[in-house]
Amino acid sequence: MPEKDLPHNHSKHESSKDDDFEVVIGLEVHAELATKTKLFSDSANHFGDEPNTNIDPVCLGLPGSLPVLNKRAVELSIRVGIALGSTISPCTFARKNYFYPDMPKNFQTSQYDQPLNVGGSLTLASGKKIGITRAHLEEDTGKITHIGGGGRIHDAKYCLIDYNRAGVPLLEIVSEPEISSGEEAREYVKELRAILVAVEASDGKMEEGSLRVDTNISVRKKGEVELGVRTEIKNVNSLRSLLRAVEFETKRHISAIQAGEELRQETRHFNEDTGETHPLRSKEDDMDYRYFPEPDLVPLDPDEKWVEEIREQMPALPTEKRVRLKEASGADDSVIALLVSRGVDDLVDATIQAGADAAQTIKLAEQNLSDGAGKLEADAFLKVVNMLQAGELSATQVKAVLTEVIENGVDPKQVAESMGFEAMDEGELEGLVEQVISQNPDEWERYKGGDQKLVGFFVGQMMKLTQGKADGKVVTAMLSKKAAN
Amino acid sequence: MTAEITPDIAAKVANLSRLKLTDEELAKFTDQLSAILEHAADIEALDLEGVLPTSHPYPLKNVFRQDVVSQGATSDGNDTEKNSGEKIAAFKSSVLGVAPESEDGQFKVPPILS
Repeated sequence: MPEKDLPHNHSKHESSKDDDFEVVIGLEVHAELATKTKLFSDSANHFGDEPNTNIDPVCLGLPGSLPVLNKRAVELSIRVGIALGSTISPCTFARKNYFYPDMPKNFQTSQYDQPLNVGGSLTLASGKKIGITRAHLEEDTGKITHIGGGGRIHDAKYCLIDYNRAGVPLLEIVSEPEISSGEEAREYVKELRAILVAVEASDGKMEEGSLRVDTNISVRKKGEVELGVRTEIKNVNSLRSLLRAVEFETKRHISAIQAGEELRQETRHFNEDTGETHPLRSKEDDMDYRYFPEPDLVPLDPDEKWVEEIREQMPALPTEKRVRLKEASGADDSVIALLVSRGVDDLVDATIQAGADAAQTIKLAEQNLSDGAGKLEADAFLKVVNMLQAGELSATQVKAVLTEVIENGVDPKQVAESMGFEAMDEGELEGLVEQVISQNPDEWERYKGGDQKLVGFFVGQMMKLTQGKADGKVVTAMLSKKAAN
Repeated sequence: MTAEITPDIAAKVANLSRLKLTDEELAKFTDQLSAILEHAADIEALDLEGVLPTSHPYPLKNVFRQDVVSQGATSDGNDTEKNSGEKIAAFKSSVLGVAPESEDGQFKVPPILS
């Protein structure tokens, strides 16, 4: 049974207020690298496939199988190292031993005392620098589904395991304990995600588990130098959860300190439904990983020439991309940061350079490219923007056309035609406007009398009549012209 | 570092490896683990000033494979997509077949926290 976990804000000992404390946060971000294959074997690294189809003797730990390092995974990790200003270092792999069914070998191949990327920093939007301790390469584990007991780990009847994810390359990026609020933690992950996406190291999709965050939290009295007792929170799967988990855990620590209760150093599980954290393992079971050098893998020592080559081929970093897009579009900083974090800024930039209206392009990208641009390219995007500007497509039609082009990379004009979105002839449109006016004489008189709210009514009628083909802007212009006559 | 291996330490290591040992076995492995540590202590006694730590006996580094999917388990190097799909399915059913239990194409194991 979990102990009582609710933070009690009204403790018996009110000698110190919440404001007297500060929270100290360090984050471990696990990023799945965007390789085609696994870290040590050649089955596919692909999310969402049928269970146990991307498996092989190496990732299943079958006897006699031997790992061989994926060069691309190292290259992507070095890109991240360069982006964070880390020292790319000679390194080795190590076995992290633990007995858990997500790794059939009973160890995870990771890096321990000699990681690939050492040191570095990340600058937040506020200008504050957060130190990076290290970033090391390791393999991901299989996916466990808890069956029975409502799918909760504590009450499950049994578990099912899919090893498609086992062996997928992960880069674990460890920050210094220099983050001082939940909001700052969120900023850090947002910026780190933007960097990972910009250097094409990861797709950064938290909802697919491509980016996972373990949060180390401790609380101390302001002015104290020594860190308080640290807890680690797992299962934080979104930026919102990160904020909620930090807030809950901070309060829990403060309440415990105020009440004179002892905090335990432990790993806790964040529950998305309740917003609370619960102990994941008891102290007695605390992991003792018994790391030792992996005898099946030789040392990795990236030579300077290779690192320089990677440096020269580095894609632009988010800071640079934001400046570039700002110059091209003049859009708001928040929108620009959003487009950069989605990795669609290059497309938007190229579309604007090709002659598309900047504001319209930005707006369309913001509204329609939340999952990336898929197969949409600049020339096609330019066509879509122009069709919208020319009134050949209505706002609703544009959405449908873009969805299709993003998915299948087809020509937008053909898509529009095949969907029956041909632009309506002005004369035809005018006839229909007159029809709507004559059918609604009372509304028309009120509109002519100055009731602008009725524009929506007439546009709505036109949309109904034309099944959404009419361009709202053109109809509005016709209405006001007719009212003036 | 010459920590002595006590029966308690041996029992802890056995527990971490989910091994159930009898008292006789525990005594035997306590002795064996101690002998290994004694050997390490012998090496530690040498003057190794200037000798770099070695993680691997061979003078090799930077051994890579290219990032190409080939389902190494079953590939014969000239897979058509269809062949490859069939081979994956065959490999999957063979490994699930030797698992103690499976369900819905997944490995079935007892609950983890009980």
